[in-house]
Amino acid sequence: MTTQLPPGIQLEKVDDRIMTLNVGPQHPGSGHMRLIIKVDGDYIVSCDPDPGYVHRGEEKMAEYRNYIQNIPHLERPVIHDSSNILYPYCLATEELLGIEVPERAKYIRVIAAELNRCIYTLYWLAIYGIFLGHSTMFMWPAGDRELFIDLLEAMSGARVTHAYLVPGGVRNDLPANFEERCLRQVDYFEKRIKEYQAIFYKNPLLISRTEGTGVLSRTDAIRLGTTGSVLRASGVNFDIRKKEPYDVYENLDFETVVMKEGDSYARSYVPYLEMFESCRIIRDAIRKMPKSGSVRTKLKPNPKGGNDEVYKRVESGRGALGYYIVSNNRPEPYRVKISVGSFRNLICMPYLLKGELLGNMPAVYWSLNYWPVEADR
Amino acid sequence: MHVTSGKNQADEGCIAMSSENEKDGQPSETAVASSEDDKSISKDETKSHEEKSTALSSDTPVSQRPVPQFEKSISDKIASKFGSKVSVDYVRANRIRVSTKKEDISDVAYFIRDELGYDHAESVSGVDYPDSKEIEVVYHLGSYTDEKLATQVLTLATRVPREEIPNPGKDSSRMTSLREVFYSVEFHERECFEMFGVYFEGHPDNRRLLLPEDWADIPPFRKDFKIKGR
Repeated sequence: MTTQLPPGIQLEKVDDRIMTLNVGPQHPGSGHMRLIIKVDGDYIVSCDPDPGYVHRGEEKMAEYRNYIQNIPHLERPVIHDSSNILYPYCLATEELLGIEVPERAKYIRVIAAELNRCIYTLYWLAIYGIFLGHSTMFMWPAGDRELFIDLLEAMSGARVTHAYLVPGGVRNDLPANFEERCLRQVDYFEKRIKEYQAIFYKNPLLISRTEGTGVLSRTDAIRLGTTGSVLRASGVNFDIRKKEPYDVYENLDFETVVMKEGDSYARSYVPYLEMFESCRIIRDAIRKMPKSGSVRTKLKPNPKGGNDEVYKRVESGRGALGYYIVSNNRPEPYRVKISVGSFRNLICMPYLLKGELLGNMPAVYWSLNYWPVEADR
Repeated sequence: MHVTSGKNQADEGCIAMSSENEKDGQPSETAVASSEDDKSISKDETKSHEEKSTALSSDTPVSQRPVPQFEKSISDKIASKFGSKVSVDYVRANRIRVSTKKEDISDVAYFIRDELGYDHAESVSGVDYPDSKEIEVVYHLGSYTDEKLATQVLTLATRVPREEIPNPGKDSSRMTSLREVFYSVEFHERECFEMFGVYFEGHPDNRRLLLPEDWADIPPFRKDFKIKGR
């Protein structure tokens, strides 16, 4: 791998001791990607992630559609966190087009985003559980997700691809009696996820496989530009909801979860603890939300953003999620760049897996809270 | 299916907006924005040819927006260090944009990291401008360590030449990699290389990342690569 080689060509030194393993893309443990892993005995000597199997060119597609038509396809990279991936798009478009969002809509958006964050986290936790051989931890979160999926279905009409957040507010108002139902579900949800402690997080098998594996130090977490739960598990107190609050997050009562260990256990524990904070946010938002009022500012037909650019970011289930939109006085954006947490956390994969036991690969890999489809966009 | 529903949405918005908009103070904003536009014509000829139908406050040229104190202190530091080598703009709240020539980008990046305290890159985007035969490479930089900079995202932009018939890695679309300065740009620059054909000199691993190995077309995010049927 010298710099003299023409780009695209790699020469590989063959060593009899080293075996190359292709983990994925068909292997279920790798997600929709391939990990080219070289092992010496049981130890990983190098790991080269090869994403791109689900690259759909969302950014290119966005250049062909106007600001409204872009809504449904931009949520496709993470359909189970669709409110959070649309959130920065809405914020950016609003800033570009100069739209004011009604107060009630801001609260509804926060509720939708937090419900969706929990849905995403449980989905991820289910996968994490099954790849560590803990099938109860697959069944329980997969079942408990339904509580919030039902709520979002009542809000938006769709179970997974909500397309609920739109530039200017939300698509429609909350259904009747939503507040009571939501509070009831949140209470039950909280009761349920407390039980995960005993069955999963205090399980000696889990602890033995995740504690001390794939340690990412605070300095490296910053240097590698990681984000989200990976960053916070390494002791960096950075949550965009707190640091650069958008919509009404500054009025709401919650805390950032930070752990210092930086190992797989901490990385898997932080998103779990954040679900309790999400429940807190939802309760607080329902209390402080205006009880009536408009929920959507209608856009002009074919709205055009001036000769301008905007970069907006939010905290998604996987970390910072930013949209960089360049417009040039046309109804379609000139360029849309989606900066996603999964892609930013991908860089620490080769770093963390080096020197690790092959058997610990899933424990480290899935603790990164990584979603391959989002990383590829 | 979703595309159709999106279209209906736009139509629906169209009926509602046309009457709504006249009422609430929009016309006065129109007047302000267009008068400001007139001032900028002498500076930027191309702007006058573009339609001004949008007439929103975001139309105000970047250079005329008032700069808050904190952002000004940052932009002044960069401007006083590099002078005419850089142009520093305040785009909007918490967003500063530094544009520089590609020869100077490494120096500017070192200064931003060491003196200003930005420590990681959030994204690296390419923006293709076929009319001016340039590709803009935009770095979005943030800071985890400096509490004061937590809200800030600094945009560092440079332009590289764009060739009509691209030959990625071998043509003049190239610039110095910032991987030495910001380690976190490694995969972002790889993506930019395959999607726009901008070669990053000094990058240790200039391979394709997302595209298939046998991709034989031009870099797909360039404007001359068209999606079928659109």
